[in-house]
Amino acid sequence: MTEPGSTTTSSGAYAAEVGEPVADSLVEIDDLRVHFPIKRGIVLDRTVGHVYAVDGVSLRIGRGETYGLVGESGCGKSTLGKAVLRLEKPSGGSVRFDGTDMSRMSGEPLRRMRRRMQMVFQDTLSSLDPRQSVESLLVEGMRAHGLDRGAERTERELRELLSAVGLPASALRKYPHEFSGGQRQRIGIARALAVRPDLVVADEPVSALDVSVQAQVLNLLEDLQEEFGLTYLVIAHDLAVVRHVARRIGVMYLGGLVEESDSDSLYERPLHPYTKALLSAVPVPEPEVEDRRERILLSGDLPSPAAPPTGCRFHTRCPWRQPTRCDTERPEPRDLGGGHRVACHYAEEIRDGLITPNPAEGSSSAGIS
Amino acid sequence: MGRSETSGAGDTTPVAPTRQESSSEGSRTVLGTKRRERIDGLAESGGDTAAGVSLAASAWRRLRRSPTFLVGAGIICAFVLLALVSPLLAQHDPALRLLEEQVSRADNSIPPPQPGFPLGGDQYGRPLLSRLLLGSQQTLLVALLATVIGLGGGLTLGILAGAFGGWVDTLVMRVVDVLLSVPSLLLAVSIGALFQQQSQFTVIIAVATVQIPIFGRLLRGTMLAQRASDHVLAARALGVRQRSIVFRHMLPNALGPVIVQATLMLAVAIIDAAALSFLGLGAADTSTPEWGQMLGSAQNFFDTHPHLAFWPAGCIIVVALGFTLVGESLRDALDPKKRR
Amino acid sequence: MALLEVRDLSVRFVRRHEPTVSAVDGISFDVHPGSTVGLVGESGCGKSVTSLAIMGLLPQRGTEVSGSAKLAGSELLRLSRREFDRRRGKEIGMVFQDPLTSLNPVVPIGVQISEVIERHRGLSRRDAKREAARLLDRVGIPDPTRRLGEYSHQLSGGMRQRALIAMALACEPRLLIADEPTTALDVTIQAQILSLLRELVAETDTALIMITHDLGVVAGMCDEVNVLYAGRIVERAQRHELFSRPRHPYTAGLMASVPRLDSPRGQRLAPIDGSVADNIPWERGCAFSPRCGNALAVCGQRAPELETTDAGEQLRCHNPVDATETVERADD
Repeated sequence: MTEPGSTTTSSGAYAAEVGEPVADSLVEIDDLRVHFPIKRGIVLDRTVGHVYAVDGVSLRIGRGETYGLVGESGCGKSTLGKAVLRLEKPSGGSVRFDGTDMSRMSGEPLRRMRRRMQMVFQDTLSSLDPRQSVESLLVEGMRAHGLDRGAERTERELRELLSAVGLPASALRKYPHEFSGGQRQRIGIARALAVRPDLVVADEPVSALDVSVQAQVLNLLEDLQEEFGLTYLVIAHDLAVVRHVARRIGVMYLGGLVEESDSDSLYERPLHPYTKALLSAVPVPEPEVEDRRERILLSGDLPSPAAPPTGCRFHTRCPWRQPTRCDTERPEPRDLGGGHRVACHYAEEIRDGLITPNPAEGSSSAGIS
Repeated sequence: MGRSETSGAGDTTPVAPTRQESSSEGSRTVLGTKRRERIDGLAESGGDTAAGVSLAASAWRRLRRSPTFLVGAGIICAFVLLALVSPLLAQHDPALRLLEEQVSRADNSIPPPQPGFPLGGDQYGRPLLSRLLLGSQQTLLVALLATVIGLGGGLTLGILAGAFGGWVDTLVMRVVDVLLSVPSLLLAVSIGALFQQQSQFTVIIAVATVQIPIFGRLLRGTMLAQRASDHVLAARALGVRQRSIVFRHMLPNALGPVIVQATLMLAVAIIDAAALSFLGLGAADTSTPEWGQMLGSAQNFFDTHPHLAFWPAGCIIVVALGFTLVGESLRDALDPKKRR
Repeated sequence: MALLEVRDLSVRFVRRHEPTVSAVDGISFDVHPGSTVGLVGESGCGKSVTSLAIMGLLPQRGTEVSGSAKLAGSELLRLSRREFDRRRGKEIGMVFQDPLTSLNPVVPIGVQISEVIERHRGLSRRDAKREAARLLDRVGIPDPTRRLGEYSHQLSGGMRQRALIAMALACEPRLLIADEPTTALDVTIQAQILSLLRELVAETDTALIMITHDLGVVAGMCDEVNVLYAGRIVERAQRHELFSRPRHPYTAGLMASVPRLDSPRGQRLAPIDGSVADNIPWERGCAFSPRCGNALAVCGQRAPELETTDAGEQLRCHNPVDATETVERADD
């Protein structure tokens, strides 16, 4: 790996490899808000409210690292990913990419900037234009950024790209519907890599794939990161997947980041009640573990992001809920040491066992809307 | 099998591409040769080197086997061919009143079939068969031109609304809604009435205007669906230019239903044009035959000489059926759910 | 005696202009009261078709069903459509993956449930309604009497799935078939639903067939697990045995390829090569052999039979994974 001859321009990748703390961040998100207006009206639309998809999230993604974002449907993780790519316009806050504030960019500078950040999608069929051959899919981005110079060189690069993602060169002349889901995901990844990005946002990259194929794609993502020194933001609902790929993990609930820490410490010492519940709910393919586990069953359902609860967003379902403070004051993420950030008023008390879960919050006593 | 991730890959040390903007130098020459062999063999198991089958090709493959399409296409081909060669087929000038002496107002007689005139003559003594043959030209012209104009207008509106969204969309769609709320024939009649001189051109414009909002609304809907789709998002993320996104990604994928509708609309245009001619909004000069207008002028003779109406009406029905059949089979063929 | 005995069940889809597809190819298994049997496999392995065949829900045109499925001794597969309608719901309940499309959007859920009760249990309308409320309460829907009047779109995904389970339970069926009941749900909601199903089986002696692709769900739910591949059962074992000692290369491969929450980070996954597109037909050999790391020459020539191993598991493989360990285990 560390052969002296190789040009080591992307030091971030190396730092991640060696395991040193990543000093410089590629993406800096500060108090990011993405609110979607809810419109109603007969002739002219009138805004009657907002969906608070992302509501005040701050985080850093280090160069060359893999940042995992988990949360359940409706928590705003996908919207956050799109806002990072500037595919959604932030309603507030900022996203800085390599020092440049993306949220204020538009037009041609933004378009040029897009080369450096790419996206991998969940739905492998709908994310590839059915009318484009694989070749045209891959060349399009290169062309948009003037990276295709000469037919011969482009041709060679395409072949190399395909082989990097594990597809034969004969794939070039085929169309997306002629491939299996796993192969299509490889095409999607190749398309993202064709413009040589620094950051790849992968939104549920494997959740639409068959179990046996998921591992192929996860391994591929790992290899490509190593080869190209990529920075990943992996968004998934599956904590096991995120824990497998990510070095740092952020847990989102209802538009906010509730906990962030490195992957091992999140798994070993989850501090936020929601993270605890999430971890206890993920099934483990091991009967002994499953039989012994203590499950924290959350009551009720996710509140609507159009009308989030006051105070702590999680208080309506939290087994450790305390009177007054939880439903009046929204907790900000606090660093409890070692970069382990938690947005909970009582994180220390819960950790130290000073507060116990409210008795028998069975699944039957669900949240009343 | 083949798990050969050995250290033998020493000569393929991955070189990280330089992260500067100028990295387009051939810096990725040694891309992932690591597991190339293994994965290649694996992915090759599909085994073929043949070119892929595009959407259009696979649609065509299914169309060719569809009896509905074959019948419809047969009718249309025959119709177009007829229109092209009708000047050769017609034995007489359709404008000449060759059998005028056999027409008699008094006993309401019209020239019957006779040698040289298989269908006889019309109420002016003009040769019916020749008029019918040459009428196909005008009918085809009216239908095609009206649909092309309607399609063009509809595409423009649909692209504007679908590509930009926002207030452009709102504005365009309100106009379309107003147009759609008027019954189509009434709209066509009023537009026809706007012109001072009735002509074939009037009919074309009137029929086209009726079609514009239909195409516009349809395309807008499919464009909006495309705008929200992942592959358009992917193109945006790639930094593809807006114009390119609209014309290369959104429009081609949104066109399927519009093409189907256009085929069906050809049938409607023929019928609408016939209706307008029937109502007397067509060409005042009846020397150039047109089926709708022939049908219209036959209305006074329904009781006594129904064949005058039967022939043009029959032609209109068969041709309209042809277009409808093709449209329906296209709809099936272009349905991505039925693709394999 | 087993509650449900499935013997040599095969389902073939016959279509004009297209080759016949053998979706289920000679599947046999038993389900006992109060136990949970898992059918596990990836998309296209035939697990859902199996359940649809048992329920008589396959389209009659273009499908050929053979073999037998006996519920408490009486044959299901020869039933007429009408007889099936009578027994479905009453004796077998079914929970589907997508609760939104499985509920009628224009009828309140209370009416949908009480209809079933009225029809199958002959209760009066009022009693049926009371019973429906009791059922909703039973599956953990709060404020059941109010919820009876609501429509499916007014409920959240988890609540809808609960309502569907309530409907499946309406006639106290002896057999419940759950086809990917939690795949469309979030993990915290999934945990709620799975614990509800576990409770039901334990408390009411209902038999449950759990159809899923998720090994984690299987590990926590099923007593006996059938692993399906390309329409056949390739391995059958009690869950503890299966997970501690998978014998079929496909089962072992599946387990090695899923990222586990409790596995150390950075551990590389061992994926199964290829995809189901690489399968060969069972007539020519083992369907899994082109993707199998253990494949021998014989695997591509002759399909293995489902045989009982010394450890009492059933296995369809010429060259199973760590056979030595099995021998040792069988000795002690």
